[in-house]
Amino acid sequence: MSEPHERPTEAVRLRPPRHRVERRAIAWWTVQAALSVVPVLIVLAVLSRMLPAVRYWLLLALLVVGVLGIAYVAVMPSWRYRVHRYETTEDAVYTASGWVNQEWRVAPMSRIQTVDTARGPLQQVFGLSSVTVTTASAAGPLNIDGLDRRIATELVERLTATTQAAPGDAT
Amino acid sequence: MSGSDGDERWQRLDPKSVLAVGVLALAPLIPTGALMTLTGAKVAAVLSMVGIWVGIAVLVSAATAVSWYFTRYRITARRFELRAGNLSRSHRSIPRDRVRSVDLTSQPVHRLLGLSVVKIGTGQQSGADSEIKLDAVTTSRAAALRRELLRGAGQAPAAEPAEDEIARIRPAWFGYSALTASFVLVVWGALVSGISSLSELVKKLGLLDAATERFVSLPLWVGIGTVLLGMLLIGMAGSVALSVEMWWAFRLTREPGTDSERGDTLRVRRGLLTTRSVSLEERRLRGAELAEPLLLRWVGGARVNAVATGLSTGQESKQPARKTLLPPAPRAEAHRVSAAVLRERGSLADVALRRHPRAALRRRLIWSLAISCPIVAASAALALPGVPGPSWAWVVAVIALPAAGTCAVDAYRNLGHGIAGDYLIARCGTGVRNTVALRRDGVIGWRVKQSLFQRRAGLVTLSATTSAGHGVYAIRDVATGEGLTFAEEAVPELLRPFLEEAPRG
Repeated sequence: MSEPHERPTEAVRLRPPRHRVERRAIAWWTVQAALSVVPVLIVLAVLSRMLPAVRYWLLLALLVVGVLGIAYVAVMPSWRYRVHRYETTEDAVYTASGWVNQEWRVAPMSRIQTVDTARGPLQQVFGLSSVTVTTASAAGPLNIDGLDRRIATELVERLTATTQAAPGDAT
Repeated sequence: MSGSDGDERWQRLDPKSVLAVGVLALAPLIPTGALMTLTGAKVAAVLSMVGIWVGIAVLVSAATAVSWYFTRYRITARRFELRAGNLSRSHRSIPRDRVRSVDLTSQPVHRLLGLSVVKIGTGQQSGADSEIKLDAVTTSRAAALRRELLRGAGQAPAAEPAEDEIARIRPAWFGYSALTASFVLVVWGALVSGISSLSELVKKLGLLDAATERFVSLPLWVGIGTVLLGMLLIGMAGSVALSVEMWWAFRLTREPGTDSERGDTLRVRRGLLTTRSVSLEERRLRGAELAEPLLLRWVGGARVNAVATGLSTGQESKQPARKTLLPPAPRAEAHRVSAAVLRERGSLADVALRRHPRAALRRRLIWSLAISCPIVAASAALALPGVPGPSWAWVVAVIALPAAGTCAVDAYRNLGHGIAGDYLIARCGTGVRNTVALRRDGVIGWRVKQSLFQRRAGLVTLSATTSAGHGVYAIRDVATGEGLTFAEEAVPELLRPFLEEAPRG
C-alpha cells in the first residue's frame, strides 16, 4: 500500500468543524479552572500556617501548585476556545474538543439515539448550554459545550427532527 | 400450533426446586461438622451447630416454598409472562419477539434432581429489567422453553432442530489452561483462604510444624526452590482442574433460524459439574475478538470472544465466560472458529495487516524507558555496598531495562490494522494481544484522538465506535493521513465531508 501514486490520497487531515462555540465560554472555562485551583491553594496556605514543622514543604507545594494553576487558568480557556468546534450536516454530527490532548468525534445521523441539553449552575450564569448526542455505543457521547442557550435549543430541535426521520433502531 | 407450545395456562416452577434450595443450604454442614469433630470440639457443640444449621435450612426452604407457590409463568402467542411474590406482587412480561437469549444453567444439585435454571434475556442494556429468571424447571421443560422462545411466535417444531457443529473441545486443550495466569491466581487465592480458615485443623495435625522442620533442614536455595516449584505445580494443576470443570464437553454449534427475520443462533454448551447452555443470536453479532495472553501466545494458543450487542459491560464482568466462543485452543483452531462464526471465507488472521510508522515504536521505547529507569535507579541504589538491601537487587537493575525494551518492541510489532471483506481488523497489545474483527456496517461513528506528543509525531489514535462489546475499538498510533484514509475505506462516506488535503512537508 505504499506505491508513490497512493501518496496523494493519504495526505489528508481532519478539517476543523465549521462553527466555533460562544466566546463567553472562555470566561466560563476560566471561572471553572479558577474554582478548581483556588481551593487547593487556600488549603495549602492554611496548612502552612497551622503546621510550622513542615511549613517549608507546604510553601514549596504552594509555589508549585500556584505556578501551574495560574498557567492553567491563563492558558487553558483560550486554547480550548481555539479547538472546540462543532458542525452538523445532513448525514452526521462532527465535533472537536480538548486543548493539549485533542479529540474529534463523528456520529452519523442514522445512528443517533438521544439528543439532550444540560445547563450547570455556572453555565446558567454565562447563559450557556451543553448539547449531548448519544449513540448506541457504550463508549460515551458527543459533547458540545459552551453553546448559546438559544443556539443549543435550535440545534437540539433540528437534530431531533432529523434523527426521528431516520429509520431503524440505531444499532 | 400443536402440543404444549403456545400453552396459555399458567404454570408453576418445578416443586423439586424447593428441595434443591434446602439441600444447598445444608451442604456446608457436612464439611463443617467433619472439621469440628476432627479438631475435637465437644459433642454438644457439634450437635447445637447442626441444630441451628438445620433450623436455618428449614426456614430458607419454607420461604422458598412460599415464593414457589406464588410464582407462575406462561407463554402466550405473543408474550412471555411471570408473576411472582405474595406480599409485593410482581408481574413481568416480555414480548416474544424481543427475546434475544435463553440460557440454561444446571448446578450439581439441580442436575441430580433433573432441574435447570432458565434465564430469558431481551438483550437490552438496562439493568434488572433485561432478564427474567426461572429457578428452576425440569431439564426437559427448560429445553422445550428454550426452543419455543428462540423460535419466535407461531413456529415451534417439536424436535430439536438440526444444528451445525463449529467446534468441539479436545482433551489436549485443557493443557493451555495451565498457562492461564488468571486461573492460576484464582487457585492460589482459594488455597490461601482455605489454609487460613482451616488453620485449626492444620495445627492439630502438625502439618505446618513438620513442613517447617523439613524446610529448615534443607539448604535455603533448595527450600525456596521446592516451595516455588510446588506452588507453581499446584497452581497449574488447579487451573487445569478449574478449566476442566468450566469447559468439559464444550461445543459451539449453529442452529438454523426458522424465519429470515430471526436468523441463526450460535450456541455454546459446556461444563462438567455445572452445565451451561448460552445462546447468541447471530444478528446481534458485530464481530469477534482473538485474545492471546502472553503465556498462551508463547505456546501458540488463543481464545475467541464474541463482539455482540446487548452483553452489557456489567454482565460481562460478572460472567466473563458468557461472551467466550472458544476456550484457550491452538491458534489455527481459533482462526478457523472465528472465521466460521463470522462467515468469512478463509481465516481473518491471514490478512496482511498494515504496520504502523516507526514513530509508534519510538513512543513505546520512551514509555518503557520512563517506566524502567526509576526501577533501575532504585534497585541499583539498593544493591550498592553499605546499603541494607537484598543482595539480588542488582539482578532487577540489570533485567528491567532490556525487559521493558523487549515489551516495547513487541507492542510495536503487534500493532496493525487492515480490512478483510466485510470486517475491519485492529490489533494491539503485548500483555494480552487482542485482534478484533469488527463488522464494517457495525461501525456507528469515529473518534480521533491526538495527544501533544502524537501531534508532534504525526500520529493519531483512531477508534471505531460500535453498539457491541466494549463500545469502542482503537487503532493506536497510526499515521494521521493513513489512518483517516483507512477509516474512509472501511466505512465509506462517513468521514469524507470532514477531510481536507494536508499541506505537504
